[in-house]
Amino acid sequence: MELYELTAHELSDMLKKGEISSVELTRSVLDRIHNIEEDIGCYITICREEALKRAQEVQERINTGTVKSPLAGIPVALKDNICTKGIRTTCASKMLHNFVPCYSATAAKKLYEADTVLLGKTNMDEFSMGSSTENSFFKITKNPWNRQCVPGGSSGGSAAAVASGEAIFALGTDTGGSVRQPASFCGVVGLKPTYGAVSRFGLVAFASSLDQIGPITKDVTDCALVLNAITGYDSKDSTSSDIKHPDYTESLVKGIKGIRVGIPHEYIGEGVSNEVRKAVLNAVDVLNDLGAVCEEFSLKMTEYVVPAYYIISSAEASSNLARYDGVKFGYRAQEYEGLTDMYMKTRSEGFGTEVKRRIMLGTYVLCSGHYDEFYKKALKVRTLICMEFDRAFSKYDVILGPAAPTTAFKFGEKRSNPLEMYLGDVFTVSANITGLPALVIPCGFDSSGLPIGLQLIGKAFNESTLLKVGYNFEQNTGFHKIRPSVNKAN
Amino acid sequence: MKISKESVKYIAQLARIDLTEEETDKMSKDMEVVLSYMDKLSELDTCDVKPAEHIIQVNNVLRDDKTIVSSCKDELLSNAPSKEKGYFKVPSTF
Repeated sequence: MELYELTAHELSDMLKKGEISSVELTRSVLDRIHNIEEDIGCYITICREEALKRAQEVQERINTGTVKSPLAGIPVALKDNICTKGIRTTCASKMLHNFVPCYSATAAKKLYEADTVLLGKTNMDEFSMGSSTENSFFKITKNPWNRQCVPGGSSGGSAAAVASGEAIFALGTDTGGSVRQPASFCGVVGLKPTYGAVSRFGLVAFASSLDQIGPITKDVTDCALVLNAITGYDSKDSTSSDIKHPDYTESLVKGIKGIRVGIPHEYIGEGVSNEVRKAVLNAVDVLNDLGAVCEEFSLKMTEYVVPAYYIISSAEASSNLARYDGVKFGYRAQEYEGLTDMYMKTRSEGFGTEVKRRIMLGTYVLCSGHYDEFYKKALKVRTLICMEFDRAFSKYDVILGPAAPTTAFKFGEKRSNPLEMYLGDVFTVSANITGLPALVIPCGFDSSGLPIGLQLIGKAFNESTLLKVGYNFEQNTGFHKIRPSVNKAN
Repeated sequence: MKISKESVKYIAQLARIDLTEEETDKMSKDMEVVLSYMDKLSELDTCDVKPAEHIIQVNNVLRDDKTIVSSCKDELLSNAPSKEKGYFKVPSTF
């Protein structure tokens, strides 16, 4: 077993006992990156020298016993829309290809304070707009399980890195499923925390009422450790919640007897592939055997969540992305006549096709004449969706279903048809619309060997229940231990 | 739902995006498909429903008006595509 294959908690124990050093571990992951990165393509920026230097410095503190965090010395990758001081942060866009932030995002800072070792910045769909990581300005990322397939998106680089051993864990961001769907496609664990649980300060904004940063890890235990490190109130994000977070590792205990699990008919019905449905229903059997009380119910608003999501997210994106004007940072067109022309040419040359499409849709639904019909309507539907989830959570502790209707699809399969790509988000966007936490864990494989993800949605700020159910499932199945075999391309 | 090329050009102007003729054609087709699908929401009666504002309960956040050290000017200007004498430089606006 190579060090890069292990989980953060296993490595943490070895570091504590002095069996390995952070330098050895970091070198193991960097060697892994060296060997397979050309083939998989997880990173936009790799911080090789900085990582080794940092590992050395952390190791010295481990030796003197002055580190506290269980993540001390563990190598991590961050999605490239999370600002890192002095390290290029591109959002996988030509618009920010040369942007070097002069501050770090709170989540990045918290991981730094937890003595982790930053490996680099991972590939993504440009400005997180996409579900396949095909919309990156720089490169595509391949699915470690099958290199003809996408890793999912938009946090495809982070998920592929964790699955292939190019990082021990990673942070992604989730606006409509961008942590959970790639976690599902790559066979790893992904969590979108409750809106407000993790500070968004320093996260490049896409849709501010929906965005959350979340962990992508190899198992549920690591997920709890990372969640402990990144949650908490931040005065720099006025929407971050000033609540006391529990120690999430306390959820990692056996016993889910009596936990009420609701399975929406709509999440296992038409449009879901047979193999995904079967794996999800097998997971229900496992939970039933463990004493959970599972029953089906109806979430009738499901057919309206995707249109509501794309109206709200595009509207917020069109507003947030107005800041890219070629004045304060990023790309500026070379040739232009006057100020307005500079804006127009900068934005036309700097943004990719999907980003322009979302800005156009967002501008359309917000402009006078369409505002009431689209934007205001979507906000009202958002209220209805929240109410339906409130009712469901008066009966259940957890809502269970698949993370995505299918397993990973092939490159190019959905790229030419934006609507088809959007429809794949049907099971993930509800958690963003309602702000609720949602955990994705591996629950099986399809006949071609691609992983299937199980999604558990919980009550606001009740990540603990999700982790508990996820942990119990994991301990009784073992899908999380199966890793893709990725060898150096010959 | 029909989205004319003129309508696409108007929206592009509002969004400060320059589209070629070919891009305008494709954009009008894509927007037509997506907006028609978004129009599905019109099936729902929302007369008596309030638009969602904050999905998670938030309270007004106030703090003392204190001077603190923020990023320094040189650092902030270091990302500017064009600058002069400590200012962002843009084409003349009049």
